[in-house]
Amino acid sequence: MTETVIRSRKIKEKKRVYPPRRPVPDLGLDKGAEKLTPERIESTIRSVLDNETGARLKVYVDTCAHCGLCSEACHFYWSHDGDPSYSPAGKVKQTISEIVKKKGKVDADFIRGAAEIAYTECNLCRRCSMYCPFGIDIAYMMLTVRRIAHLLGVVPQYIQDTAHSHSATMNQMWVKDDEWIDSLLWQEEEAAEEIPELRIPLEKEGADILYSVIGPEPKFRAQLIYQAAVIMHEAGVDWTMPATPGWDNSDMCMYTGDNEMMGRLKKVHFETAMRLKNKRIVMGECGHAFRSIFDMGNRWLAWKMPPIPVTHAIEFYAELFRDKKIKVKKKFEKPVTLHDPCNIVRGRGLHEMARYVVNEICTDFIEMHPNREHNFCCSAGGGVINTGPPFRNKRVEGNRIKAEQLFAAKSKGAQVVIAPCHNCHGGLEDIIHHYNLKMELKFLGDIIYEVMER
Amino acid sequence: MHTLYNLVSGPLVWVAFILFIGGSLYRIITMAILAKEKDGAVYAYMDTYHAFRSIYHWIIPFGSRNMKRKPVITSVAFLFHLCLILVPIFILGHVMLWKDSFDIAWWYMPDLAADIMTVLVIGACVFFLIRRLTQPEVKYLTTASDFVLLGIVAAPFITGFWAAHQWPGMRTALILHMLSGEIMLAAIPFTRLSHMIFFPFTRGYMGSEFGAVKHARDW
Repeated sequence: MTETVIRSRKIKEKKRVYPPRRPVPDLGLDKGAEKLTPERIESTIRSVLDNETGARLKVYVDTCAHCGLCSEACHFYWSHDGDPSYSPAGKVKQTISEIVKKKGKVDADFIRGAAEIAYTECNLCRRCSMYCPFGIDIAYMMLTVRRIAHLLGVVPQYIQDTAHSHSATMNQMWVKDDEWIDSLLWQEEEAAEEIPELRIPLEKEGADILYSVIGPEPKFRAQLIYQAAVIMHEAGVDWTMPATPGWDNSDMCMYTGDNEMMGRLKKVHFETAMRLKNKRIVMGECGHAFRSIFDMGNRWLAWKMPPIPVTHAIEFYAELFRDKKIKVKKKFEKPVTLHDPCNIVRGRGLHEMARYVVNEICTDFIEMHPNREHNFCCSAGGGVINTGPPFRNKRVEGNRIKAEQLFAAKSKGAQVVIAPCHNCHGGLEDIIHHYNLKMELKFLGDIIYEVMER
Repeated sequence: MHTLYNLVSGPLVWVAFILFIGGSLYRIITMAILAKEKDGAVYAYMDTYHAFRSIYHWIIPFGSRNMKRKPVITSVAFLFHLCLILVPIFILGHVMLWKDSFDIAWWYMPDLAADIMTVLVIGACVFFLIRRLTQPEVKYLTTASDFVLLGIVAAPFITGFWAAHQWPGMRTALILHMLSGEIMLAAIPFTRLSHMIFFPFTRGYMGSEFGAVKHARDW
């Protein structure tokens, strides 16, 4: 079934000439590029190429046979009717391969263009590595471009602001230390109206679980903390949240190319769990934060795997259902479909577990195609949504294929899209609005909270 | 003509093989050392089982999703690579050369099979050329060197076919055949043809990252 659906899907009309790219005005990119000098560009690039990259980049650049077979992996390529400048190898050609070939002798305009491509036209979703016969890691190459752009100070303004927040507050959203605690107390108070004995344990040393959320949760999705607290309470879990910085495991520095800050963030996070002597970290439904603690941040800190076990919400929910720690009162009846987030599916293989949880809580589950490891990205990931309003249209129009995918699921009856990831949520919300799909969007936690016995 | 023949059939053969084997070893060893210095992750995460699992899915025809989606290019590419490797090793003319020079011999393929497979290689090269010229996503990536490489690969097969069928000018064709074959061998380690030597490493590494760390499939 899957195969036929995918095979029949073709780029509708390949064109001879595609509209030229127009740079999207952005203060960070424009002002940053204005300050560049040829010497600074060259010395920065040389330093990155000589000191921070090695055999991988060389082999990748030398091995690419220019076959174009990666093209149809990319949602940007699909959504621009097969415009080759949006294909993964096309983006490499316009950025890192030129940088390597010219050994850094490129001008400020080039850097600005390369930065725009790397920050706003690639979600680092790694789907192309599954379509390249050689398994070339194109996401890694785009991250190298971002690293160079970061060191040159040519970063989109909005995501740079987020990175600044990380460095100043150790969280993504400029949440002050007391505001964090206030938000938790507020949610505890709210939840206590429903379940009087409910607590959100703060700083509980030796608790089994350190529960970690991302900046946006206390900032504007506080109900998620409420729901998590109810789930924890009903499941009888021994958990805690820290009252200090280190509570936020999100990481936009990983995406701007600020590896040093990525390392600091993860260090604070891991050390918080160690200070509280927790057995493991359980985190909410977020994809990129998982990538940061499981894949990239830990490596920067020279931990092959995270120094303390990390459990994503999907795994955690699956565990609770398997051990019958939460029971379902009445399953969710609206037909649902599931979006597979890149960072926990291609990044952790949680797709079957997610389906297990969905089937535990919903009566009617409709697959969207392609799915599992082959799912299309939401186009918000990789920090792209964090580049903010200037690039919103580009992001949403660059993912028409996702709208088509959602629409196909809708035409089979799906009314609700489950997206167990914050960025996916933001991205899909915009897509649903822009393409007028009129579908509801939910986290797994939303539905679990709704259907569980309590 | 005679001197030229002696040159391409004697010293240049040695040069070509030394460049091919020595060059390949050189590339692999220097990259392995560089990886040790700069990409520690490659060694840390390389995982034999998952590396081979991924390689396996990518060396059998239609073993990956993308291959299934693109049956034409998959068929052509597999036939092309298969014939490209088998013909030079098992064609009677070459086997006899090994026998004459070093007194070692192995199975050789019937002439008809060699003819068909040679035509397949040439046909595949024409297919790749047309694809490069007409498909926007391939054309966009194409540089002059891609045409040169295609020529380097096609030339030994065209000239070999010419010489084997003793068409007019076969002496010249034979010299060109040897010369172009030598160029191709020597070019493998130093051009994008090096995907031949690096494929197991790039694919294996991606297979390890996906399989062992991320618990996902990469095909």
